[in-house]
Order: sequence, then C-alpha cells, then structure tokens
Amino acid sequence: MKQASEILQTLQEQFADKIIKSSQECIQPFAVVPPGAVAEICAFLKNDPGMAFDTLMCLSGVDYKGSKKEPERLEVVYHLFSMRHRHKIVLKVELPREDPALPTVEGVWAVANWHEREAYDMYGIHFDGHSDLRRILCPDDWVDYPLRKDYVQPESYRGMPAAAAKQFAQRAQEGEDLGTDPFSAG
Amino acid sequence: MEYLREVLTRQVGGYDQLPEVLQIFLPMLLACLLCLGLVALIPLIAIWAERKVSAHMQDRLGPMRVGGWHGWAQTIADGVKLLLKEDIIPAQADRLLFKLAPLVVFAGGFAAFVVLPFGESFIVSDLNIGVLYIAAISSLGVVGIIMAGWASNNKYALFGGMRAAAQIVSYEIPTVLAILTVVIPVGSLSMQEIVKAQSGSVFNWFIFQPVTFLAFWIVFLGTLAEVNRTPFDIPEAESELVAGYHTEYSGMRFAFFFLAEYANMFLVSALATTLFLGGWHGPGFLPGPVWFILKAMALVFVQMWLRWTLPRLRVDQLMHVSWKVLLPIAFVLVLAAGTLALI
Amino acid sequence: MQVEAYAGEEMVLNMGPQHPSTHGVLRLELETDGEIVRNVIPHIGYLHRCFEKHAEKVDYPGVIPFCDRMDYIASMNNSLGYALAVEKLMDLEVNERVKTLRVLMAELNRIASHLLSVGTYAMDIGSFTPFLHCFREREKILDLFEWLCGARLLYNYNWVGGVSHDIPDGFEAKTREFLGQFEPVIAELDKLLSYNKIFLERTANVGIISEEQALSHNVTGPNLRGSGIAWDLRREEPYCGYDTYDFEVPVGLGEYGPLGSCWDRYYVRVREMEQSLGLIRQALDRLPEGDVQEHIPRRVRPAKNEVYDRTETPRGELGYYVVSDGGLIPFRVKVKSPCFTVLSLLPAIARGGMVADIIAIIGSIDIVMGEIDR
Repeated sequence: MKQASEILQTLQEQFADKIIKSSQECIQPFAVVPPGAVAEICAFLKNDPGMAFDTLMCLSGVDYKGSKKEPERLEVVYHLFSMRHRHKIVLKVELPREDPALPTVEGVWAVANWHEREAYDMYGIHFDGHSDLRRILCPDDWVDYPLRKDYVQPESYRGMPAAAAKQFAQRAQEGEDLGTDPFSAG
Repeated sequence: MEYLREVLTRQVGGYDQLPEVLQIFLPMLLACLLCLGLVALIPLIAIWAERKVSAHMQDRLGPMRVGGWHGWAQTIADGVKLLLKEDIIPAQADRLLFKLAPLVVFAGGFAAFVVLPFGESFIVSDLNIGVLYIAAISSLGVVGIIMAGWASNNKYALFGGMRAAAQIVSYEIPTVLAILTVVIPVGSLSMQEIVKAQSGSVFNWFIFQPVTFLAFWIVFLGTLAEVNRTPFDIPEAESELVAGYHTEYSGMRFAFFFLAEYANMFLVSALATTLFLGGWHGPGFLPGPVWFILKAMALVFVQMWLRWTLPRLRVDQLMHVSWKVLLPIAFVLVLAAGTLALI
Repeated sequence: MQVEAYAGEEMVLNMGPQHPSTHGVLRLELETDGEIVRNVIPHIGYLHRCFEKHAEKVDYPGVIPFCDRMDYIASMNNSLGYALAVEKLMDLEVNERVKTLRVLMAELNRIASHLLSVGTYAMDIGSFTPFLHCFREREKILDLFEWLCGARLLYNYNWVGGVSHDIPDGFEAKTREFLGQFEPVIAELDKLLSYNKIFLERTANVGIISEEQALSHNVTGPNLRGSGIAWDLRREEPYCGYDTYDFEVPVGLGEYGPLGSCWDRYYVRVREMEQSLGLIRQALDRLPEGDVQEHIPRRVRPAKNEVYDRTETPRGELGYYVVSDGGLIPFRVKVKSPCFTVLSLLPAIARGGMVADIIAIIGSIDIVMGEIDR
C-alpha cells in the first residue's frame, strides 16, 4: 500500500518531463499527463512491481466546455487501482475539443477496449491503435457526440422523430383536442 | 375391430342385412372416430394435468377458474382460443411444407394408437408386427419436425429441427434394442401376445424380471428423449432456441404440435405399459382398459415430474448418454435375453 | 453480397435483442459451426436511456431516481452508491441510524437480486421450478419494500444525507419472520438445483474466467469471487459501517470443475444470500435511534471537486465518478457499471463453446442491461 503522494513522486522521478501537473488538494489526487505519453505511463504503472496497478476501475471522458472554473477542453480520466497493493491513483489527459486523439491503453488493461469505445461514442475522442473503435451505445450511423456540452439533439433519426415529445399539458395549452374529456367530444 | 363388428351385428338390428362393404367399412370408421376422440381427449386431460402438477410442484395453484372445479375446462378454452387466432405463415417460409409439417407430426402419433391394446378386445388392429409398427410409425414425427424446422426459414427453428433429428434417431436405437429383450422371450411382435405373456400374477410383468427390468429404464429414457421431454427437450429448449422447431407456428398449427406432444407422451407410456407393466392386466375390481389407462397415466405423471424437477442436458451430453451409456447396456441386455431364451 | 464471407460451414445467428435468455435486450452475433460457436460479438445500447446526459440537467438529489432505473433489480444498492458519492463531495457524515437502515435495505435488496439471478439461471439451464420458488421469496422482500416506501422496484429510498422514510412499525418483526422462513429455502435450493447432476454437468466446466482475465477485464463482485479472489468492497473499503459487521466473503472453490466456472459464480451468489441474512440480522439487532435525514441545505451545492466512489452492488463494483463545478447540478456523472466490464469479457470466454454454453455463461455473469446501457 502506497500513499498517493508516494505514487505521484515516483511518477515524477520516472517521467520527469512528462508529468504536466499533479494535485493532492482534492479528494483523490491525480496527475495530468500529455496525450502522447499515456500508454507508456500506464504500462509502467501496471508492470512495475511496486505499483502493480492491475485494474482500470474506470475510464471517463469529461467535456469542460461551459465550466465556470475550468478552461475549455476535453479530458480523459483513468481511475487505477492495484488489487495487489490496494492503492489508487488518478491519471488525466487533457485534449483539445477539436480532433481529440490519444493512444489506446487497450493493450495494458483489456477492459479499456469497451471504455474507450464509450468515450469515442459519447465524446468523439479517438484512441489511436484501438482494435475496434466503433460506437457502442448509440447506433453506428448516429451523428455527433451526445455527451458533449454543445450537443444539439437531432430532429429525427432515420425518419423517426427523435426530439422529446411535447408534454400533454403543453399540447392542451396550444389548443389541441386530446380527446381526454368524454363529454366534450362531438 | 372384429369385436366392434360382432357387437354391431348383435346389437344393431338388420346390420347383417347391409351390403358387405358397409359391414366392413362402418366398424373401421367407428374405430377411427374412437381413436381420434381418444387422441384429442387424452392430450386435453394431460395438458390440464400437467398444468396442475407443475403448479403444485411450484407452490402455485394453476388454472382455477374456467369451468369451475379446479379449472378443468382451461384446456378447452385455450383450444378454442388457438382455433380463433390468426394463422401466420412467415413471408419467406416454404408454404406447402410449413402447412404439412404439423399434420405429419400429428398423424404419426395418431396412427400409432391403432395398435395400442387398451383391453382384451379393445384394440383397433392387433397387427402381428405391432411393436415394429409402433417403432416405425412413431418415428414419422421426426420427419414432420424437420419439415417444420426447415420450412419456417428461421435459424432457431432449423437448429431445433437439426437437434430433433439427431436426438430421435440416436435414441431410437437403444430403445428398439431394449424392446427386443421383451420380444425375444415372448416370441411375437404382436402387442396382444406380449400382454398375454404377462398374465397371471403381478410378478409375471416384465418389469419384475431381471433383464427386462433394466430394459424398462432404457425404454423409458429412450422414449422420453423421443418425445422431447425434459431433460431431453433440447429441440425446443426455450431458453436457447426460443421455441425450437415450432418458433414460427401460431394458432391451430401450433395447437397440432402441442396436441401431438401430449399424444406422444401418452403413446410412449402406453407402449411401456404394454411391454413391461402387464398392459391391461390388473386386479379384477376394475376393467382392463381402466387399468391400462391408469398405468399409462402414471408413467405420464413421472414424465411431468421429471420435467418440473430437472434441468436440461446439452447436445453433446445427450448424445453421450445415448451412444456411450444406453446403447452398450442395451446390447448386453439383448445378449442376455437371447442367452436366457436359448437355455 | 456477404455470402462469400460465410461460404464455409458457418451460420450467423442473431441472438437477441428479443430472446428469452439474453436477460433484457442484449444482442449477440454468433458465428456458429453447427452447434459450436466460433465467435461472439455482443451489441449493446438497446436500452440506452442517456442517464449521464440526464444527470447533467438535474440537481444533485434529482439524479437518484435515474440511478434507480439503471440496475432496476437492485435499486437500493444503486442509489446508495450515488448518495455516498455526493455525500463524500459534500464532506457529510450521516448518523448511525441512517447507515444501519442503508445496510439493512441494501442487503435485503441483495437477496432479492440474487434470488432473481439464481432463479433465472435455473431457467436458462432448463429447470423451471427453482425459478418460481425464488420468485415466491423475492415477492416477500418486494412486499417489505412496498410497505417501507410505497414502491416495489424503484424505491428512491437513499437520499443525499439520509433515507426517504423511517421503517414502519412492525417492519422489524416482519423482516425477522421472513429471515426465519427464508433460511430453509436456501437449503432446499441446494438440494433441488445446486448439486443436481445435470446442473453440474451443464455449468461446472463451462465459461472459465481465469484470475488474470478477471483482473484485466475488471470483473468484479460475485463473478470475481467465483474465480477464487476474496475481494469484496464491503470488507476492503468499508462504507456505511460495514467494517463493524461480522460476515464472510464466499469465494469459488472449483469443487466440481476448474475454478472460475459458471457453477462457481452461481454458488457464490447462493452463499452470499446466507451472508446477507446474517448482515440483516445484525443490522436489525443494533438499529440505533436517530433522525433518518441529516439537516442538509435545501439546495445541495458541493464545492468544486470530484470523486470516484465505488460500492459493492449484487453485480459487483458500481462506481460513480461525480465531477462538481461548484454549481447546483453535477457537471459530470459517469457510471462504471460492473455488468459492462464483465460483458466485455464474454467473447473471450464463450468462443469455442456450444450454443447452449452461451446461455449458461450469460446467465452466470448475471447482467442487467439497464445498467450496461444506462
């Protein structure tokens, strides 16, 4: 079991120029790494016997557009956990909102395959070297990336109306006869 | 049939005045109707019984409303519902085969009733090759099942049909071999002869004799597999193949498959009763046909009991049981029966 | 035409999205060679209801009903995970009564969920009766929940900073009554199903998940324990005071075949129900006095921060990654679903098996599509 500070320090020593910043003020300390180095750092974290991060708990995309306190960007967050040593660390990769791309970590943890597909599906983040980068939750021919903050819901999908149906109350206010009153029907 | 003709001649005035053709033809028609009635009635009762048996095994009540007493009319109501339902044939199906398949399946089960010895004189036709006839005609069902599986143009149905073919053909062999162990000591293939060989005390029944006792279990298991009942219900395994070969069937055509399944259940039980349980023999306070049906129904109950208790085997395990377990035992039994007959 | 591609003996079989044993709307593309399955491609997303997008539109407590609808079999456990994550963001500690009630309900729901899993698994293997026996018992738990909060499936019970209702009068006695009569049912289930020869044949040599695969694919919960790894978040990272309870973590032992088989996973669930019984008894015994809702501000506004919090649901480790921007609504809620990760392993363990084995494997990993698709 290592404290997060020790892990961050080791990372700092190993990849001095590749750790953009690290933070321990928040609940779960994290390190921000450049997109190009993430696969390398992850492989180190998994294979180094002192680290042995054998599981990837979670891989999330986050879109910081519209945040009041953060600069606009996309972020990929890796929550790592070592079953052997029972310690955790968080890695973050900051990406531009236009053409975000970073190498895959599928080869390090097999579960990343589906997580990365989800991040691609929802945020349009490209994982270079991914074996099967298809949409996973949305249909294959869906346009745009739904979890981006500036996503606009399409009017229709393959001829089917996709926008939320109007509520009954709204339809009644607009004067539509909904046929719900048995006495009013002619 | 001869008995029926005799009765008609004795009871119906002027029957012997009728033209010869009618004199022969009328009993045939009557026997046919009786059989058809039986084939329709027995499944009705068996289906209701299965629902009640399963319900009580599962801590439920089952049908309770239709008809009053314990929902006895539920099956009839369901039958009427099925008759009135829309009959759907998939667009890409082979229409002729699709329509023919349920009839073939049903006809196979129906035709086999002809040689069932319900009583001393209650048999439509005591063929001298009765056992062989049953073994042959009841396999007609598999043709119907393959037809249904193929004609539906559905992959699940095809899977079901393929599985059914493999399974029924495999289990036919140990079953027929085990039946031979009865035929050898009796020296006849006639159903009535086999029953008569078991007359006298209960211990003359073949189930109480060493070689045929084992043969009974092989026949029971083999026929269980032939009628696709759990644990051998892989052709219609609902959790794997949706409904197997009858996935695409609805309405009356589905009802035919359903009726045939229960008719076949009774048929194989009746066969086992004839071969091993002394047929219509029984203590004198009940007539022979009642004993026969009671015994057969008891075996049907065992089939239901197994269905609601056991999980399902996998295809390879099923084949393993047939070819590597039942078949060698059946061969040994045939040898033993032959040796005993020689001594 | 694609015909050439399948010119060999292979047939592509689309299993699902409507199929009796894909447990919802999972679609599997099977390449079959007769009965042998050469390849499996899972297609998910048929139950995608945009949970994560919804969560970015409502305030913090408003997300809870959506959580319930993810894994609708174990709603109590789902909302618990979210409530704990938000409480961690707010740096809020709830009182002992709330904690005990949460444990009580989570474990009751765990039994209900495992009953459904075990029952439907029996049905997948072809045995119908255990399924109804399990549902009969599950019904009693649902009745208790209905009495507690008025809902039978989607409870909206675990709120941020407390629970929605205190238990009604007599709830304790009724729960104890249920526990007493449920214990023999597990023994009956063992006799009827667990040690049945055919059931063992069908499951004990099928769908082996090795330890290495399990870790690499982040398999969690009973599926992980079925592979022989004694890992339970309730014990390793206790929340709600689980560290003060006395319970064991059942693991697969590979008694009837290789370790990590379908049977091991099934059997871990059966044994976990027993442990949950013990946990419920302990929770009922201690049940301290207290208010069931902490005094929290009417508008929940955690400071800018983020947390990844995970809890042990009946299906495994359910993680919530909640990012707060300092506003009234969550900036981002990401759910790590345990079923999602274990389903990604399906092609690896199902390849080369038979069609019937696919059913056995899907049933044994106990997936709920609502949680996978969110």
